[in-house]
Amino acid sequence: MHPWIGAGPEDRERILAELGLDSIDGLFSTIPSGVALDRLDLPKALDEESLLHHLGELAAANTTADDRPCFLGAGVYRHVVPSVVGAVLERAEFFTSYTPYQPEISQGTLQAIFEFQTIICQMTGLEVANASLYDGATAVVEAALMAHRLLRGRRNRVVISETVHPLYRRVLQTYTGALGIEVVEVAPGEGGTTAAAALAEAAGDRACCIIVQSPSFTGVVEDLPAVAEAAHGSGALAVQAVAEAVSLGLLAGGGAHGFDIVCGEAQSFGMATSFGGPHLGFFACRQQHMRQMPGRLVGQTVDSDGRRAFCLTLSTREQHIRRAKATSNICSNHGLMALAATVWLELLGGDGLQRVAAASLSAAEAFKARLAGLPGWGLAYPQAPSFNELLVTGPGTGEELARALRQRGVLGGVPSRVFGGPWPDGLLMAFTERTSAADLDALVAAMGEVS
Amino acid sequence: MKRRALRDEPLIFERNPGRGRRGGYLLPETGIPPVDPGTVLPAVQLRPALDGLPALGELEVVQHFHRLSQLNFAVDEGLYPLGSCTMKYNPRVCEAAARLTGFTEVHPLQPDDQVQGALRLLWELEEALKTITGLAGVTLQPAAGAHGELTGMLMIRAALQARGEDRQEVLVPDSAHGTNPASATFAGYRAVEIASGSDGTVDLAELDRMMTDRVAAIMLTVPNTLGVFEHRIVEIAELVHSRGGYIYMDGANLNAFVGRALPSAMGADALHINLHKTFSTPHGGGGPGAGPVAVSPDLVPFLPVPRVVRDGNQTFHIVWDDERSIGPMRGFFGNFLILVRAMAFILGMGGEGLREMSETAVLLANLIRHRLQGAYHLEYTAPSLHEVVLDDSLQQEHGVSNVDIAKRLLDLGFHPPTMSFPLIVHGALMIEPTESAAPEEVEAFCDAMLQIAREAEESPDILHEAPVHTPVRRVDEVQAARHPVLRWTPEP
Repeated sequence: MHPWIGAGPEDRERILAELGLDSIDGLFSTIPSGVALDRLDLPKALDEESLLHHLGELAAANTTADDRPCFLGAGVYRHVVPSVVGAVLERAEFFTSYTPYQPEISQGTLQAIFEFQTIICQMTGLEVANASLYDGATAVVEAALMAHRLLRGRRNRVVISETVHPLYRRVLQTYTGALGIEVVEVAPGEGGTTAAAALAEAAGDRACCIIVQSPSFTGVVEDLPAVAEAAHGSGALAVQAVAEAVSLGLLAGGGAHGFDIVCGEAQSFGMATSFGGPHLGFFACRQQHMRQMPGRLVGQTVDSDGRRAFCLTLSTREQHIRRAKATSNICSNHGLMALAATVWLELLGGDGLQRVAAASLSAAEAFKARLAGLPGWGLAYPQAPSFNELLVTGPGTGEELARALRQRGVLGGVPSRVFGGPWPDGLLMAFTERTSAADLDALVAAMGEVS
Repeated sequence: MKRRALRDEPLIFERNPGRGRRGGYLLPETGIPPVDPGTVLPAVQLRPALDGLPALGELEVVQHFHRLSQLNFAVDEGLYPLGSCTMKYNPRVCEAAARLTGFTEVHPLQPDDQVQGALRLLWELEEALKTITGLAGVTLQPAAGAHGELTGMLMIRAALQARGEDRQEVLVPDSAHGTNPASATFAGYRAVEIASGSDGTVDLAELDRMMTDRVAAIMLTVPNTLGVFEHRIVEIAELVHSRGGYIYMDGANLNAFVGRALPSAMGADALHINLHKTFSTPHGGGGPGAGPVAVSPDLVPFLPVPRVVRDGNQTFHIVWDDERSIGPMRGFFGNFLILVRAMAFILGMGGEGLREMSETAVLLANLIRHRLQGAYHLEYTAPSLHEVVLDDSLQQEHGVSNVDIAKRLLDLGFHPPTMSFPLIVHGALMIEPTESAAPEEVEAFCDAMLQIAREAEESPDILHEAPVHTPVRRVDEVQAARHPVLRWTPEP
């Protein structure tokens, strides 16, 4: 007997009798004795109190970013998460249902996704957005593979700026290696931006796409109009990766500059840092390319009474119909995280998103002003436009600087070469609307002690 | 029970048109002076205001999502016997565990010494999954089952390359879920379909013929999508291994045999485990799930990075680089909060509970089979484990399809079975009750199915017109595909 198992011992006997069986073993007769198991060597069940005590101890063994001023970013950001987001996600109608295969009893999930798709289209400046992917890294991979399919047979090269998040690039290598797709990485210029001419040169006439991240891993706002022109000039698709989705509150998505795909990570919209997941991949493209798009799509239609209704659509792209020729192998996506983003965005509204973005930028700018008074410290790219993340150099390596600030009670940033990279060795420091003047004071004071 | 929606819930964009701003959300007072973004960012890249996303009061937004939620059917409402999806109860204590701030407020790039609790949890979950599968190594990275399939196939590819072999094909039974051939393709292989034998399991003679030195692996779902155990699994594995191939095992149906059979003894080289199925993490309206992969000793060197290792001082470390690894499959360490829930479930069930879980899941599936067989056709009669695949061929004689049956079930308060596969059963009704349902709920479902079988004979129009009690009636999916409307646009 166990509370999570619906049938008790008497039920079991009764059902076995109805089935004409003496014991439960009779149901497992097709399992050969050589692979059968008598018992499972795991501890006995923990009661709820003990379970929460044990996991509570593990949780307490972590230092949370709430305990001290935190400037960690590098693709995962600490923005406000209103209580309403958690309250909606805790509704069992949302979290204990599955992919809305039966639209008549799934309109809640379907309409929420339709609203999510609409908002992502508005922010990216593109025409079609899917229902979600796993995360920013896999979204960038799917973009490259989609571009490869769209130009199949003619162009086997993916050109990507080195200032795209290093993890995204590494995941791209994992995927493309098996498919024989060539990946060419382009280093940023000395000022921190990726030169459009360098991208075009790497592309030649063989690239299916050019991928840049803006704002980049090192915090720089790339020259998107120039990149789009370079990509199209070389016959490639232009792909923008976004790791800090809040930037889209102030910066127009690449669609406005002619980009063909805008995709990335939307953790900033209502998800905690949660040690890296689950977060939210988003993906938007042009309507003319939608039949090569990965992932689920929700469309508007009517029911038999003519009432507006929503359902999954264009599924002939997907694995359950197209099998080996599907546009992606994805089945389960990150639907509940897309719901979190939708609640977050709708609660804040367009105006609130803009205020979050502006406050994040303002905190970074306030820090820049303070940095000038710190001997030995400086911006790696003082001339480049930035949003809310800065590459800061100081008296030591990034690892040394992070440790020194940590010893002074501040999570001062992510070592910029934690995953390698051609940029200066320092700290990536991220600022959000949760950064207070007191946090900045603590950071600047700690930095002042490190020389 | 669902009921007709009393009124349409407008799209958020249709609310508050042109009436000015309301509510929003109070941001923290930072004490930092605002800066005009126009002085920092390139003017050409500044966005115009996001029109269409209105500023609303908090209650308006809460009501919007509350009303939307009420249009959904969910596990907490009634039996959700969606075959191969294992829609079991999601224990609330697992949710409580995943909300501990010591788990939610941790950044993935904090140094190892600040995240020892998180790393210990990952390590302990890996150990538990090794015990459950008998396999030698585990990666927790994959975000879903299909992601796990690709991860496993890339490891097999890497192992073959390390042996200096270039194989091009992967065998996939015709009964397989669509993700299997798709994952094989994205791992750089040609998926070759292998026809099932007359009992629905792999035909050894056919396998013998197709298992050439071009074949890298066979992807097998155990038990298969018919709910039937591959009773010749040992012979299959011997044959495949003797010709240098690997066994990729799809663990979507692991809920059938936890504690009753060991994948390592079956010869599995790589096995993905859908934590959102067998280990009860919530399905979330489509995800996020988690699809860890367990592997045999041969494949351990190729596991993705980052990995969690434990040193002699019981301290945990993250290893980001390993030359033989296939590399990372995604950002960071996996869907961590999902992994927390799965760990809570495993601890809460205990070894005995997990075995009883699978036994009960199989028992209840067989109760359904016993009660419905006869009223519905059963194409493959081999013994069922955790699910049974019936079909609509008896009802088709009265012009009633599996879709009609499904829509009528909605009116009777149950989620329908899976119908989109296996492709080897036409008009399939794949039914998986899981262990968590009370027997009375399962029996009520059977009664509803029997009622529908009678209605198909006596009054099929009821079925053609179903559903009538749901928030909306039968949805026109053909129109949605013919004239795609994939986003809201303002009235011109």
